Amino acid sequence: MNLVTDAIAWLTSGEQWSGDRALHLLMLQHLWLTLLAVVVASAIALPAGWLIGHTGRGREIAVAISGAARAIPSFGLLILLVLLFGVLHKPEAALVTFVILAIPSLLAGAYSGLEAIDRATIDAARAVGMSEWQIFLRVELPLGLPLLVGGVRSASLQVVATVTIAAYVNLGGLGLPIITGLALRRYDMILGAALIVALVALILDALLGLAQRRAAPRGLRADTSTSPQSGREPAALSRS
Amino acid sequence: MGWAFDNLPLIGSLAIDHLRQSLIAIVCGFVISLPLGWAAWRYGRARAILLTITGLLYTIPSLALLLILPVLAGFPATSEVNLVIALTIYAVAIMVRAVTDGLDSVDPAVRQSATAVGYSDRHRFWAVDLPLAGPVIVAGLRVAAVSTISLATVGILVGVSNLGYLFTNGLQRRILDEVFAGLVVVALIALVIDALLVGAKRALLPWDRAPKPRRARRVSAA
Amino acid sequence: MHSTRFLRAGAVLTAALAATALAGCSSSDPLAAPEEEESSSSGAIVVGSQAYYSNETIAEIYAQALENAGFEVEKQFNIGQRDAYMPQLESGEITLFPEYTGNLLQYFDDATTARSADDVYAELQDALPDGLAALDQASASDQDSYTVTSAFAEEHDLASITDLADITDPLTLGGPPELAERPYGPDGLSSVYGIDVEFSATGDTTVEDLLAGTIDVANVFTADPRIQTDDLVVLDDPESLILASNVVPIVDADRADELAPVIDAVSEKLTPESLVALNVESQVDEKSPVDIAEAWLAANGISD
Repeated sequence: MNLVTDAIAWLTSGEQWSGDRALHLLMLQHLWLTLLAVVVASAIALPAGWLIGHTGRGREIAVAISGAARAIPSFGLLILLVLLFGVLHKPEAALVTFVILAIPSLLAGAYSGLEAIDRATIDAARAVGMSEWQIFLRVELPLGLPLLVGGVRSASLQVVATVTIAAYVNLGGLGLPIITGLALRRYDMILGAALIVALVALILDALLGLAQRRAAPRGLRADTSTSPQSGREPAALSRS
Repeated sequence: MGWAFDNLPLIGSLAIDHLRQSLIAIVCGFVISLPLGWAAWRYGRARAILLTITGLLYTIPSLALLLILPVLAGFPATSEVNLVIALTIYAVAIMVRAVTDGLDSVDPAVRQSATAVGYSDRHRFWAVDLPLAGPVIVAGLRVAAVSTISLATVGILVGVSNLGYLFTNGLQRRILDEVFAGLVVVALIALVIDALLVGAKRALLPWDRAPKPRRARRVSAA
Repeated sequence: MHSTRFLRAGAVLTAALAATALAGCSSSDPLAAPEEEESSSSGAIVVGSQAYYSNETIAEIYAQALENAGFEVEKQFNIGQRDAYMPQLESGEITLFPEYTGNLLQYFDDATTARSADDVYAELQDALPDGLAALDQASASDQDSYTVTSAFAEEHDLASITDLADITDPLTLGGPPELAERPYGPDGLSSVYGIDVEFSATGDTTVEDLLAGTIDVANVFTADPRIQTDDLVVLDDPESLILASNVVPIVDADRADELAPVIDAVSEKLTPESLVALNVESQVDEKSPVDIAEAWLAANGISD
């Protein structure tokens, strides 16, 4: 277990927590980029997903676009965009890359959340006289929340793990010790940084998991935690 | 796209390496995740442990795994075996959950009927549970496949030659066409494999062919 | 029964997938990354390279020259930095590697006082571990440098690194991430010249960052054609912080005599102008290393 003790020694040495490239600064950069990407991607994907879920149309296009977006390697896209936008716009290039990465899960979370709602409930709402907007805001949105939050969770994890490559184009984040350690073959740096990324991801996952359970409207809470998604989108992750 | 046409042999040979590395990882990942997913489904206690471990594996940044594995396992970081093992680990992390969810999604009533009709447990697993879990498993397999093909590009950073070379080399030489060509080829390969998997699913699981319309087309609200 | 059809189809599909994967294995490009058991005892020469396009071109030249001379060659390019490939070179997994004298000497002996090309080469031969040998060095060099844009040089009247001390604004140095740990990096600047700089790990976009102004000084390799094309100024190094770094083939000591005739002929023709020209063909003309190597060998009368 030498590797692990070296890594922990590196992590706990005062050097790593001071100066320009202090670990907590890198962590903040990392989380900030993740947050920004998920928020921007949500602004794009959620309305689209809700529209698809509500009207029942456009699903095939959404699935196709998601599939295409997943097929693009983030590593390559980041490099392409840095070359295209120029070095002065590296942050924008990184943002676009991670937004594209996050969209598929968010889109799926949005429309599958709405699709999973029992038709009878929607029909009842309509029968009671609710307008389309009311149906969406008062019935579909709350009922679709757990799967939506599941999508946010999935997207966030993918982005957090992938933001490590941002260091390859000097955008900081927890990938920096990994990229530097890669060149120098310093395993303490590599493993130390990896452990922190994993820790951050796990905490994020736990928090969002909690949110997912809480997101179910009270009356349904007994049900939602065990409902399997039947067939369309796996509750699985993908990364680039 | 002039650069791409002038360098087709290079792109081709890199693509072959890339395909080989990805396909081996996908197949191995699938084969390993079946028993693991089954165990998680069958044994309630194992479920929590297995899913947590696979979830954990997933959070390790790929580059770090590619560098740590050789130290643990003793082969050079630059060897393809290293990359394939790392890719397999990520594929398993994705697919174990899909296998478990798929088996979960089988209607217990159907299983009971099978037992009632006389299927033994083992026969029932292969003839009823697995096929019915098929759609969810295949969906997970598709995600894992696309993800693996995409992730393999990072191998170039540890010296494993595949389509990722077009990214780093293109960046160093400032040849945009080269990076673009790499992106296009990787995405194409991923989409083709995805399409093949969809085809295989249609052939093997014909009952799941058309997604039934989830809702009747709405009559315009009064 | 449907179940048996499913099982059979499933078995066929899995077999097909497995067969494809295995077929992919056996038809793999023999010049692709070799299995880790490969060593020089099998007769094949394994040529390695750094993850640096210029180094890859030189390695390609070595590889083709050897193939032309009848050797069996395997290529393992783009491995990474010295720390990454040295173990494989020392263990014999890689037989031949194009290196740079100064950087390599500092890797083995960072307290060395050798500075000129000949001194460095002489000391390198002693510093190399027993299993490795250095063949003749080429006159071409590709060393680290501290470079600024000509506008920046004019503005602050810079000709050498010492002049940087006169600048009162904080300076940012850009370069590959590992520069932070190298003796000629920011630590060296500080201890030898008394200049303190911020370090930014600009990596492969270093020259762009320099031109865009996000960094003030950059570690640009001297054979980079962009020094000419983008009008950059390489600062003089009066305190010899940076060692001379000529291209030198490092080889498995057991095979040094075998390979020397072929590779020495290459090194002889590898002049500074020649190296820059190779880099121009790669970066500007966008040719592939294979084509560049072929053309160069033919032009220099080495391909036979």
